[in-house]
Amino acid sequence: MPDDFKAERQKEVSSNKIVLYIKGTKEQPQCGFSAATIQAFKLLGKPFHTIDVLSNPEIRSRMQEFSNWPTFPQVFVGGQFLGGCDIVTEMYETGELKKVVEATFNS
Amino acid sequence: MIHPEEVKSLLIRHFPGAEVSVADQTGTMDHFDIHVISKVFEGKTLIEQHRMVQVPLEAALTDGRIHAVQIKTRTSL
Repeated sequence: MPDDFKAERQKEVSSNKIVLYIKGTKEQPQCGFSAATIQAFKLLGKPFHTIDVLSNPEIRSRMQEFSNWPTFPQVFVGGQFLGGCDIVTEMYETGELKKVVEATFNS
Repeated sequence: MIHPEEVKSLLIRHFPGAEVSVADQTGTMDHFDIHVISKVFEGKTLIEQHRMVQVPLEAALTDGRIHAVQIKTRTSL
């Protein structure tokens, strides 16, 4: 049921301002890239929702196609796919992530 | 597993004239730190730039020869 999967993900990423598909949990990330991404969002101080792809094999195998992105973490802000760890950390360093996040929370 | 030189040549073939460096991050030839400097990134968003770098690596990322890549793109030195 491919459409159900897409519909569920669409709902998930649009009903939360920030959604991170990661390996592990917010408290216990299982991968350095996921940990670095969580850290950037923790520092921004806004609430964010995480989904552990290690305990959701279907999400893990189908997100690649959904986002057209080969790896995790995958970050969505305001329903839009933002990128992975490299993009998020680079945007954090330049201050752009803060702008994007604040714009989303103020909208 | 894929040799860093092979990753580099895939990238150079895809981005003629680009400055490309590939480092094996873990010594296991499946985690790479990739830097690409090319004018083709001009006017593109970061996500577009990273997607462009993933294109020539897609086969190796999909079949598992590459587990993870760290990408840095620039338009000039």
